[in-house]
Amino acid sequence: MVDTSPSAAAVRDFADEQPFLVVDDLRVHFPTDDGLVKSVDGLSFELRRGEILGIVGESGSGKSVTAQAILGLHKGSQAKVTGRILLDDQDLVPLSENEMRRVRGDEVSMIFQDPLSSLHPFYTIGNQISEAYLVHHKVSKKEARQRTIEMLQKVGIPNAAGRYDDYPHQFSGGMRQRAMIAMALICQPKLLIADEPTTALDVTVQAQILELIKELRDELNSAVIIITHDLGVVAETCDQVVVMYGGQCVEKGAVDDLFAQPEMPYTWGLLGSMPRMDRVRQERLTPIPGSPPSLINVPKGCVFNPRCRFSDRVEGRRCFTEHPDLLPTTSTTHEVTRHEVRCHIPPEERQQILLTEIRPTL
Amino acid sequence: MIRFVVSRLIGMVLVLIVVSMVTFLIFQAVPLLAKSSPVYYYIGKAPATPELLQSLTHRFGFDQPLPAQYWSYLAGFFGKSVTDGTSAAVQCPFPCFGYSFRRNELVSTLIGQALPVTISLAVGAAILWLIGGLTVGTLSGLKPGSLVDRAGMTGALAAVSLPIFFTGPVALLIFVYTLGWLPDNNGYVDITQNPVGWFLSLLLPWICLALLFAALYARLTRSNVLETMNEDYIRTARAKGLDRRTIVVKHGLRAALTPVVTIFGIDIGGLIGTTIITETVFNLRGLGTLSIQAIRDLDLPVLLGVTVVAAFALVIANFIVDVLYGFIDPRVSV
Repeated sequence: MVDTSPSAAAVRDFADEQPFLVVDDLRVHFPTDDGLVKSVDGLSFELRRGEILGIVGESGSGKSVTAQAILGLHKGSQAKVTGRILLDDQDLVPLSENEMRRVRGDEVSMIFQDPLSSLHPFYTIGNQISEAYLVHHKVSKKEARQRTIEMLQKVGIPNAAGRYDDYPHQFSGGMRQRAMIAMALICQPKLLIADEPTTALDVTVQAQILELIKELRDELNSAVIIITHDLGVVAETCDQVVVMYGGQCVEKGAVDDLFAQPEMPYTWGLLGSMPRMDRVRQERLTPIPGSPPSLINVPKGCVFNPRCRFSDRVEGRRCFTEHPDLLPTTSTTHEVTRHEVRCHIPPEERQQILLTEIRPTL
Repeated sequence: MIRFVVSRLIGMVLVLIVVSMVTFLIFQAVPLLAKSSPVYYYIGKAPATPELLQSLTHRFGFDQPLPAQYWSYLAGFFGKSVTDGTSAAVQCPFPCFGYSFRRNELVSTLIGQALPVTISLAVGAAILWLIGGLTVGTLSGLKPGSLVDRAGMTGALAAVSLPIFFTGPVALLIFVYTLGWLPDNNGYVDITQNPVGWFLSLLLPWICLALLFAALYARLTRSNVLETMNEDYIRTARAKGLDRRTIVVKHGLRAALTPVVTIFGIDIGGLIGTTIITETVFNLRGLGTLSIQAIRDLDLPVLLGVTVVAAFALVIANFIVDVLYGFIDPRVSV
C-alpha cells in the first residue's frame, strides 16, 4: 500500500545532523570466467542516526551485495570492493578481515532474508544469540543467557526463558525472524541492515516485524537500512529511498518526495507492478517488460534503456549512447536528502508523462 | 528415545532374519537345484558310497522339507549338539554355527580366533583414515583451488586408484625386506601377549587399508565442507563477528561432518568379513582369510558362519549410527 502522506519519522528533521554512514562511489566487482560482473557500480548515499533508508530494486540489482559490502562480507572472496564506506568517519573498505570482525555484530549488524537457513540447525536459538553477545562482551555465559532472554522478550517471543533452549526448527517463521532480530540487536548496533526481513513472512507478521524494527530504531537511535523489493514496505517504514537498477542508483530521495513525484521510468514500473489494497477493484498489474540487465555486458547509455517505454521521447539516441548522470530534480523539498534521478527525459516532459500517462494507471 | 531404540532393535532382528533366510537359501537350497547335495559342501568331498551319502543326508536333515530345515538351521544358532563325523557328539553352545568337518573344529571357535585379527585391522585402519581423510578433506574444502586442495585431491586420486594388492607387497618389500624398519613376523601377533609386536605387525596393513578409505573420506569431506561453508548460517556467523576458528569448527565442521558419521558406520561394519585382500597380502588370519579358505575347501559351515557374523556387524554398526544421529542432529527426533 502506498502511503504518500509524510510518515511520522519523516517529519523529523535530520538537517542539522552529521551523516553517520556515508557510502561514496561504492563498486563491487566479481571477476568470473565469463567476465567482470559489476554487481554494484558507483553507488553513493548518506544516512543519519535514527534514519531509515530503503533500498529497492529487482533481484540482481545489487541490493544485497551492497549490504554485504557494508558488512565487509566480501573480504576474503574474489570480489573487488572500491570506493568508500564511512561509518562514523571510519572507512570500512580498507579494513582487514580481523579489524572488520570487531565492527560486525557490534557496530553494524544484519538481519538476513531467510531465517530458517540463516540460523544454524544444530544449535539452540539461545546459544546462537548469546554467542553474538559473548563475542563482543567479556561476560560470563550466565550473564549472556540473561541478556539473551531479555532480548527475546523485547522482540516479543512469549516464554522467552523457556524457548531459549529450542532449536530453530521448533520456531515458527515469524518467531525465527524475531530471533534473528534479537541476534542482530543484542549488541545495540549503531547501524542495522535488514536484507528483505519480511520476504518469507505473511502480511500480519510482516507488519509486526517492521513495527518492531522501527521501535528498536527509536530506542537505540540506530541508523537502519531496509533492503526490499516491496515499495509498500518502503512507504510505511522508510525516511529515504534508493532505487537500484543494474548495480546503479537510478533514483533516490526522501520517501514523501519520491512517492509524490516519482521521476524515473523504472520507478514508475515498480509502482505499476505493485498490488494495491486501497482500491475497490483490482486492475491488472502492469509488469515491467523484459528482464534485468546482464551485469557483465551492461547496456550502453542508460542501463534501463532496453526496457524503457519512453526512450523515444529523448532527442537523438542519447538513451542508447550516453550514460545519464544522477541529477537533482525540480521537485526536491528536502534540503538534506535531495531527490535525484538518472534519466535523459527533460524534467518538464517527465512531469507531463507522469501526470497524463502514469498517474491514471497507478 | 526408548521407543526409538526398541523399534530399531526390532528392525535389526528382522534384517538378521532376512539375512539368515537368504544365506540359507543360497547355501543349502541352491545345491538342491543343481541336483547336487549340500552334504558335499558340508563335509567338503563326495561321500565314498551312495549309502553313506544317504545316511549323511538323513543325519544332517537334508531329507526334510525346506521350511523344517530352515527352522532347525535357525534354532541351531542357540545351541545344539552336532556330530563331528566320527559319530561322537560335540556340544555346540550359542552362537552355534555348526562344525567344520574339514578343520575338525567348531565354527564358532574358528571365528573366535579370526575375529580379533579382523577387528584390530578394521579399527586401527579406521582411526588412521578418519584422521587422514578428514584433515585433508577439511583443508581442501576450506580453500578450494588452493595448492593444498590440489595436492590433497591428487593424492586422494592416486590413493584410491592403487589397489591393496599393489601397495601391500610394495610396502612390505620396502619397509620390511629392504629397509628392515619393521619386523618380519609374517602374520598377526596377539595383543595380550605382545602389544608392541601387535602394533608393529599391523602397522603396514593399517596404512594400506586406510589409504584407500582416507582417499574416499577426503573427497567426501571436501565436498561437504565446501557446501557447508556456503550455507546462509555461515554468513550469519560471520556477520556476528565470530573469529574464523569458531566459524569453521563450531558452525562449519559440525554440520559438514555429520553425514560422514553415516558413511563411517556402514564402512566399519562392512569391513568385518571383507578385508580379504589386506588379510591375504599380509598373511593375517582374520575372517577374510578364513572365508577364502572355506571357499577353497568347500567348507560350507564356516562360510555360513562368517556371512552371518559379517551381516551382524553391519547391522549393529548401522544401529549405532542411527542412535548417534539422534544426538548429533537435533532435527532427528529420537
